[in-house]
Amino acid sequence: MTDASREEHTQRETAFYLFTQQRLPACKPVLTPAWVITIFLFTGFIFIPVGLVTLRASRSVVEIVERYDAECVPEPFSIDKVSYIQDDSIPKNCTLFLKVNKYMKAPIHIYYQLDNYYQNHRRYVKSRSDQQLLHGQKYQSTSSCQPVEFNNDQPIVPCGLIAWSLFNDTFSFIRERAKLKVNRKNIAWKSDREHKFGKNVYPFNFQNGTLIGGGKLNPRIPLSDQEDLIVWMRTSALPSFRKLYGRIEEDLDADDVVVVHLMNNYNTYSFGGKKKLVLSTSSWLGGRNDFLGLAYVFVGSSSLILALVFLLLHLKYRRPYGDTSYLPWNRKSLSG
Amino acid sequence: MKRYVYINDDESSKELYCDNRISNRKYTLWNFLPKNLWEQFSRFMNQYFLLIACLQLWSLITPVNPASTWGPLIFIFAVSASKEAWDDYNRYLSDKKANEKEVWVVRQGIKKHIQAQDIHVGNIVWLRENDEVPCDLVLIGTSDPQGLCYVETAALDGETDLKTRIIPSACMGIDFELLHKIKGVIECPNPDKDIRRFDANLRLFPPFIDNDVCPLTIKNTILQSCYLRNTEWACGVAVYTGNETKLGMSRGIPEPKLTAMDAMIDKLTGAIFVFQIVVVMVLGIAGNVWKDTEARKQWYVLYPDEGPWYEVLVIPLRFELLCSIMIPISIKVSLDLVKSLYAKFIDWDFEMIDQETGIPSHATNTAISEDLGQVEYILTDKTGTLTENRMIFRRCCISGIFYGNETGDALKDVELLDAVSGGSPDVVRFLTVMAVCNTVIPVKSKTGAILYKAQSQDEDALVNAAARLHMVFVNKNANILEIRFNGSVIHYEVLETLEFTSDRKRMSVVVKNCQNGKIILLSKGADEAILPHAYAGQQTRTFIEAVDQYAQLGLRTLCLAWCELKEDEYQEWSLMFKEASSTLVDREWRIAEVCQRLEHDLEVLGVTAIEDRLQDGVPETIETLRKAGINFWMLTGDKQNTAIQIALSCNFISPEPKGQLLLIDGKTEDEVFRSLERVLLTMRITSSEPKDVAFVVDGWALEIALKHYRKPFTELAILSRTAICCRVTPSQKAQLVELLKSCDYRTLAIGDGGNDVRMIQQADIGVGISGREGLQAARAADYSIGKFRFLKRLILVHGRYSYNRTAFLSQYSFYKSLVICFIQIFFSFISGVSGTSLFNSVSLMAYNVFYTSVPVLVSVLDKDLSEGTVMQHPQILFYCQAGRLLNPSTFAGWFGRSLFHAIVVFLITIHAYAYEKSEMEELSMVALSGCIWLQAFVVALETNCFTIIQHLAIWGNLVAFYVINLIFSAIPSSGMYTIMFRLCRQPSYWITMFLIVAAGMGPVLALKYFRYTYRPITI
Repeated sequence: MTDASREEHTQRETAFYLFTQQRLPACKPVLTPAWVITIFLFTGFIFIPVGLVTLRASRSVVEIVERYDAECVPEPFSIDKVSYIQDDSIPKNCTLFLKVNKYMKAPIHIYYQLDNYYQNHRRYVKSRSDQQLLHGQKYQSTSSCQPVEFNNDQPIVPCGLIAWSLFNDTFSFIRERAKLKVNRKNIAWKSDREHKFGKNVYPFNFQNGTLIGGGKLNPRIPLSDQEDLIVWMRTSALPSFRKLYGRIEEDLDADDVVVVHLMNNYNTYSFGGKKKLVLSTSSWLGGRNDFLGLAYVFVGSSSLILALVFLLLHLKYRRPYGDTSYLPWNRKSLSG
Repeated sequence: MKRYVYINDDESSKELYCDNRISNRKYTLWNFLPKNLWEQFSRFMNQYFLLIACLQLWSLITPVNPASTWGPLIFIFAVSASKEAWDDYNRYLSDKKANEKEVWVVRQGIKKHIQAQDIHVGNIVWLRENDEVPCDLVLIGTSDPQGLCYVETAALDGETDLKTRIIPSACMGIDFELLHKIKGVIECPNPDKDIRRFDANLRLFPPFIDNDVCPLTIKNTILQSCYLRNTEWACGVAVYTGNETKLGMSRGIPEPKLTAMDAMIDKLTGAIFVFQIVVVMVLGIAGNVWKDTEARKQWYVLYPDEGPWYEVLVIPLRFELLCSIMIPISIKVSLDLVKSLYAKFIDWDFEMIDQETGIPSHATNTAISEDLGQVEYILTDKTGTLTENRMIFRRCCISGIFYGNETGDALKDVELLDAVSGGSPDVVRFLTVMAVCNTVIPVKSKTGAILYKAQSQDEDALVNAAARLHMVFVNKNANILEIRFNGSVIHYEVLETLEFTSDRKRMSVVVKNCQNGKIILLSKGADEAILPHAYAGQQTRTFIEAVDQYAQLGLRTLCLAWCELKEDEYQEWSLMFKEASSTLVDREWRIAEVCQRLEHDLEVLGVTAIEDRLQDGVPETIETLRKAGINFWMLTGDKQNTAIQIALSCNFISPEPKGQLLLIDGKTEDEVFRSLERVLLTMRITSSEPKDVAFVVDGWALEIALKHYRKPFTELAILSRTAICCRVTPSQKAQLVELLKSCDYRTLAIGDGGNDVRMIQQADIGVGISGREGLQAARAADYSIGKFRFLKRLILVHGRYSYNRTAFLSQYSFYKSLVICFIQIFFSFISGVSGTSLFNSVSLMAYNVFYTSVPVLVSVLDKDLSEGTVMQHPQILFYCQAGRLLNPSTFAGWFGRSLFHAIVVFLITIHAYAYEKSEMEELSMVALSGCIWLQAFVVALETNCFTIIQHLAIWGNLVAFYVINLIFSAIPSSGMYTIMFRLCRQPSYWITMFLIVAAGMGPVLALKYFRYTYRPITI
């Protein structure tokens, strides 16, 4: 045995010995006032600036939110909105005017927002077949898609409640009579287009039943290119959510008025859901959401306050470290 | 029921009795799976998990892939099963080795070499020197002309001295060649486990001697697992074989002990179970209401108008499955794992190795280490436990003259030495009794010095002392003892040995002086067993004084006596004795009665005083443990004064005025009752004073108190911190343990001898000292240690750490399960109370089995305080004793923490990831990583000392979480594809994580600091 290997050997033996004797070298942090106060001070001093920066990023995002579900129902139907939306003979087009308050830099994201819509309902969220989306009719065990699995004994592609209830309102944007250039490509995740939805899978027997849910699909376009469907099928975990519709690739100036022509097809009236149209720029943090910034400032300032309280407590009730007379059994004998 | 063994008859008993195949196996290859599964499923927890797993197979209600429960369940079962299988396989191997050992057996009159497993009852087995005995044999021949052989019984009872075994008188003198052809019948009881008794008879068939029945005792047997020593060969008849041998019968699986902590954990599990049912019912009802009012309007959910009949059950069952993770599936496995590590730490501990013998401490029972930290009462034996059990002859009183009083060592007392050389007849007789009245075997070593092999340390001390006083016991040749005294050699023939029993408390031998043919009875025993039998007219006052005086000094006393017998008197008695010895029923009692007839009119010669030194560190150990709030009871067979003196010298009780001893005595019920009342009254008054009050009770009074006055005695037991019980029998020791246990105290019994075994088995924790009285106690015990002083370390270090660690581990297990479960419950409120799982199956499974189990397992290395600190302030143990670290209120704290953390994670996640970021997979991964981050910091905050292993486990686990999820995110077919990559690129993800950690840990840290610094828990 060489010296080096022997040394290594004994080292390993010592390590095992220390382990068996429970004597491995250890550091024992103690919650001393100095440590605790420093930790809270430190947290405070880090969190407040980060919070402010985050808040600034969130505030830098310009956002226009317009609810349109109620406005787009013609006056006579305002009492019975459901019959309006379910009657195919009534034209569904509707016009919105959006005023831009602040300069918005391209790309401007167009979202539709649904409130009180439970995409996370258990019955709904499970009603899909990932394998069928990828492999098409070849894949046959689609029992998870119930109750939208077959129609007239033919399989439905894409099957399931999620696809069946596809959102089908459409929007077009006009500024000063000129149509705004809206890019509807690349709104879905690249990974979904390439690996989750088949390139050779075409819609089949879709929305052919007696009960029509939401939008229809062009049977000549493969699923991997049906980006609206792909976006829709990324279900949301919250009952209020936004989904990307497209991007406006032109800047909008302050005081511009954007005219939106939309087809109000989708039924949210029967369950009291809201539909909103959202135009939003984005920052490094994403869309406009003050929560993180405010929470950071709150946590940071709470930390500072706690640090201050603990500091005062420490100054008032100073006790030496490691004084055994504070031990309960010793104290008892002191007082008694 | 009796068994008749026909010697050398191949046919008759073959079918009747089992062969000599030893089997300690629990399973066979075929029944392993069903039997093991059945055993595992007899636990409530496992039944519960199986039910959950089965429910998950119903896809309508399962929130996640059934694999998330089946996986861990199968894993846990596999772990337990493989442990069982491994143990059983090792048992099989050792059985096989024993079964296939080759032995010489007589078959059809010819000696044959066969495997041990083929021995049948009635076969004659031949053994050579140093052979292991393959089954229980009745000796019929040895190489020794006197028919003696020596066996080592260490494997059976742990006693290392050699024991003599003798062939029955009927077989005496049978020729070596004829032994092959011997025929006869042995009438013996059915197999039992008493290794000290064998009440049987032997009758040989003609032509071998006559039809006389020859009694057999344990002396005529050699039992399985003993070794033949110092004897060229021996042969015997197999009477018990296989698992029916004395050893096989005494094997048995002891009932598993349940620790106080296990009971508490079970209770808490029950509480969580009830809570879970409540949650399920509330959510189930809410879910059904929501479904009927809201979901019907949500057209995209497409609820059918008419559901199946079980429709109303679907949602509650879904919630049952969602909430089933509230009870952590891994807790049993984690606990088993850490418990076996606690035991290993005890085995490994270098500081608990007995330096003299090199014997390490050993935890036989690996499941009860936490109980060590919660001990409230220690019941200890005296001899061999507190003392060294190394007897040294110190003083004696011969016919009224005290020797050794000045020097403290009679062997150096000039007066005594003068008397010996002067040949004073009293002294010579006294020394003769010392040298002859015993069962010691002298062995000549190679250097010529004589070594004594003694079963009793007292006898060893007496024989050695006699030798120092020139009365040397030189040789024992069959029944002839050779004694050398002052240059002359005297031979004695031992006619009869009246053995020592704990009831008789004395032993005697009848010997014949070969020179003058006089028959003498020599007796030694406890004073109360000898003095009453003195001949009428002898003044025993001086002896009583001597006994008292010696007992005051803490010495063990024995009275020696003798009596000359007339030839015809002896012959008459001898017949009775033979008859009593060959009875099969109540033999011990009959013999005692017959002995009584001979042991009277004794001439008391004197009193010996033997010192038994205290073990090292006993007073310190007792003082430290008493400071730690542990109460000590001493249970001893010794006399009251000796016990009190030992108690004083080892800090057991304080001397007056600080301490006070209260005596309970009396011979009748009334006397005992009155004295009990008096003691109780004093005890009640003084209980408020800082005074050490102890009560002393003797076996007789104890018997009455336990039988008739159990209630006042129980009250006394609760009030008194210290007690000394002397003259108690083994069963009384066990009764006292039982009494304390019935008052809900955690008891620890410690002892070293066979008479402590019952107490050790009865107590919550049994500790055996592997001492000079053999290993019997150590074998029966849960822990065996080499010295009493190790008890301090066992309790204060190992017990306390085990308690602390298990307290954290078990509560943490519930905490982490509750966190994830609460998040699921909160999520159900924003998902239409429909029972959607926020987390996917892989995450849920990995969370329970992997992410949260590994870091917490290394808490077995955690030490809240250093060993030195605990030893210095043993009062710290109060916290463990009172169960301050695991009780409903600490559990409520953990419950609250889990609720708080679930709220933090849930609220921050749904607000930070709102609107366009609210994609399901991403949001669930954010929530999961939030939990994992919090877990890492919770474990870190609760860890008191960080070794490299802890750092690795805590932070390495966090890294592993990301690595695993990144791998899953790289697989296109997985549901998590690209999720982790996307999240890791988002600044908002990391900002969210830090927010969760700060918001979750800040208040916990502040609260912990505040409570530790300004509101320490009072005891």
